[in-house]
Amino acid sequence: MQLIPCPWCGPREEAEFHYGGQAHVAYPGDPSALTDEEWARYVFFRENPSGPFAERWSHNAGCRRWFNAVRDTRTHDLLAVYRVGEPMPEVTA
Amino acid sequence: MTVSPLAAWHDRLAALATVLDVAEVPFRSQLTVRVSDPDAIAAMGSALGVPFPSAACTFASGTGRFGDVEVLWLGPGEFLVTASPGLQVTIEEVSRGALGTVGGSVVDTSAQRTTLVLQGPLARQVLAHGCSVDLHPASAPVGTCVQTLLARTGIVLQVTGEDRYTILVRSSFAEYFAAWLSDACAEYLAVA
Ligand SMILES: [Zn+2]
Repeated sequence: MQLIPCPWCGPREEAEFHYGGQAHVAYPGDPSALTDEEWARYVFFRENPSGPFAERWSHNAGCRRWFNAVRDTRTHDLLAVYRVGEPMPEVTA
Repeated sequence: MTVSPLAAWHDRLAALATVLDVAEVPFRSQLTVRVSDPDAIAAMGSALGVPFPSAACTFASGTGRFGDVEVLWLGPGEFLVTASPGLQVTIEEVSRGALGTVGGSVVDTSAQRTTLVLQGPLARQVLAHGCSVDLHPASAPVGTCVQTLLARTGIVLQVTGEDRYTILVRSSFAEYFAAWLSDACAEYLAVA
């Protein structure tokens, strides 16, 4: 089974983690000003790259903390992990 | 009368003695502490007689006015304080006093988990049947404390000595854990 390196706990089995979708989706500054279309775009529309993708993961069977990871969607390789609030690191896929 | 989560399993766990020593240590006082402020963490440490662990995935032991107390790292800014049975109310009061007006929380979670102590040269091998964390002393020295899955149930595992582990398991999963452990020991019982 694949090991995922939690930024706090180190490498753990994939079964300990929970996937949380695309990272860095900013909450709208003024949600009430959004049109329905803009709101739908915020809630439902996500990137779908072939290659490195910044995602949220939760170590829910361990320290139960959310963190970010850059995963190559072609190989399922985790290229980098970083804590919430940190910028996405440069990766070479 | 209060019945411990594994009361019905004490004999069956004792029967595993040729493989490993397993005993439930029920009703331990357990408090979940959420605090990030370094001064408050230090104040709570001196109030309980245990400096709180600063490194991830470790635990600290100490002795103070509550006797032997352990503080387990559960996550950044999150700890589990464990002590002898019956002390949870006083520890809660003292810890909250040490926390003062700083943001944080102290919650009595004693009923959430029961405690088992596993000991013996085969302990690591038996645990490896269901736990993917590498417990070899080179990667999990004494003082290690991890939350992980064992046979799909969440546990807190402390490495307390050579071939000696303390496992905290949710009370409602304790019998499942005991059944799994008995099964994992079966092949070693046959050899013994
Ligand atoms: Zn973790």
